[in-house]
Amino acid sequence: MDKLELPAAQVSGAWRRVSPKLIVVELIGGLVFTLIAAAATTVLLVLHLFWPAIAPGVLTIAGIVGLALTPRRVRAIGYQLREDDLLFRRGIGWQRFVSVPYGRMQLVDITRGPVARSLGLSELKFVTAAASTNVTIPGLLLADAEELRDRLVSLAESRRAGL
Amino acid sequence: MSDSAARLADGEWHRLHPASPLLKGGIALLAVLGVVLANLRERLLALFVPQFGEQDDDPVDYILGHGLVLQALAVVAVVLLVLVFAFYLSWRMHSFRVTEEVVEVRSGIVFRTNRKARLDRIQGINIQRPFFARLFGAAKLEINQAGQDANVALSYLYAPAADVLRAEILRRASGGAPEPALEPEPDGRRVFDRRVEEFLTPEIDPRTAEPGSVVHISAPRLAGATVLSLGFLVSVVLIGVAIALAVRFRAFGLLFVLVPFVLAMGNVIVRRFLRSLRYRIAGSPDGVRIGYGLFSTSNETLPPGRIHSIEISQTLFWRIAGWWEIKVNRAGHSSTQGAQGQANTTIMPVGVAADVNRVLELILPGLPPGELTTLIGHGLGRTAHDPFTTSPRRAVVLRWLSWRRNGFLVTDDLVAFRSGAVWRRLVIVPQSRLQSVAIRQGPLERALRLATIRLHTVAGPIRARLGAVDRDAAVDCFGEVASGAVAAGHLDTTHRWREGRA
Repeated sequence: MDKLELPAAQVSGAWRRVSPKLIVVELIGGLVFTLIAAAATTVLLVLHLFWPAIAPGVLTIAGIVGLALTPRRVRAIGYQLREDDLLFRRGIGWQRFVSVPYGRMQLVDITRGPVARSLGLSELKFVTAAASTNVTIPGLLLADAEELRDRLVSLAESRRAGL
Repeated sequence: MSDSAARLADGEWHRLHPASPLLKGGIALLAVLGVVLANLRERLLALFVPQFGEQDDDPVDYILGHGLVLQALAVVAVVLLVLVFAFYLSWRMHSFRVTEEVVEVRSGIVFRTNRKARLDRIQGINIQRPFFARLFGAAKLEINQAGQDANVALSYLYAPAADVLRAEILRRASGGAPEPALEPEPDGRRVFDRRVEEFLTPEIDPRTAEPGSVVHISAPRLAGATVLSLGFLVSVVLIGVAIALAVRFRAFGLLFVLVPFVLAMGNVIVRRFLRSLRYRIAGSPDGVRIGYGLFSTSNETLPPGRIHSIEISQTLFWRIAGWWEIKVNRAGHSSTQGAQGQANTTIMPVGVAADVNRVLELILPGLPPGELTTLIGHGLGRTAHDPFTTSPRRAVVLRWLSWRRNGFLVTDDLVAFRSGAVWRRLVIVPQSRLQSVAIRQGPLERALRLATIRLHTVAGPIRARLGAVDRDAAVDCFGEVASGAVAAGHLDTTHRWREGRA
């Protein structure tokens, strides 16, 4: 079983990875979800409601598996700026590669959640005319994110295409 | 009138058709007033003439009996005057201008709105003639721009002026050289004759259409297509079952439950049928023209390069007759609904393969010779020497019947996805309109060494997605499309479509 990988001819340089601190942000989010699910399961079991406890129980297990995979998932996120487009990848079980030509970018957004902000991280979002493009690079240091944004905006400006 | 039509685009502020306020809201208002008066006339009268409240007589009798005719007429006259004044004011405050770069509309009495449409961003221009507006010889010109609710509407104009104005706006948007506008032939006939003539003329002026490019749909074919549509057949079967049950169990009450259902269905079918009647698609120097409608008509021009993806599909029963339907994704959306009841995305409700060929010629101009024939020949039917890259045999796990058909074709100009053995589909995306491309793989696909390719275009009814493709073929396709889209985007000149032709 081999993973989805682009051939060397298509990839111009090394993948740029996101900050490992993103693992902490993702772990906190996953932990909150898992704890809520676990609490619900416990309450139902204490009340001897065995069957209704199955759904939150399954969610708890899924949450734990998700927590265990978080470091690998974060390491799988990568991007690179090619000659004419931005290449983005993420996912380990469900892999996704997206190529967005610079000229198609309508705007670039930087957002920061409360946990990410305390660690100095931010998220870069690319918007094209197609909603389904859906490219968001999480876990960038703020300075990197701002530099990347300015670079992308100037690239988009020089390669401007219509809709 | 032809003089005024030419003058409308001179960059100065102009007013709309004087009947506009009446057409836009007036008729509805009058109808509402009528209903309110009919229902509440006693209540209303009690409001104005308190002593009437105690009596149970008819108010008309009361007015006549007490000699209040003059007062009653005065009240009606005042209300009418206020209405007419409000209409006049709203007409007076509503103006538009067409300059070299923008179309601008100002409206509103208390809350002023001002809307500008840049000519080089136009996605399409639609001329609508609702039934009542046609009686007044008026038409609504709507300029579609990218985005939701981003249209600029000029409602209403004199119908002949609307046609000339559209040609002029398209000429300016295209970057073409000025040319003598096509004026309506002068006629000295009376208004009534002109109205009758306007009612009978086809939606598309044969003088502006390129000869031999017109596709139209006959009424019998439209009827056949409706009867063979899946929704219709399912409804017929359901009704049959309900009747059989009612007869078997002597529960005839069940039939009454069916009545509203049958009425609703009949309404939908008849409306769809009437609106699709006189459906015509034609080419013009400024793009495709789509016209339809019997009583209320609509006639839309889509300049080249405004279509973001195309889907040609065939439901199971249409295969008997060899019929196909064509839908498109567009960045701009007309505010009215299309012939099929949804947003204006179905550009051919039903047609045979030859019609598909002609429509594609119109909406995909400038393809290398032979490419379209290949695309349609292999895309719709099954033939030898298939240029499409199809799924490998192991994809049978995910595509039980269609794995031989499931495939893609990438050329310099477009990407085509062919899928479905029962419900046949061919999705075409022009490379120059592609926003981004993605490739993805889940665990099941990974085990089978397969992958899914997805092309992203502006939102619409079509999702360009092809699953169960051989992994290596998908990766190659991804690379080819990613670089092809960039190249096609650079070469694209359709935003000024006449400039390159000269």
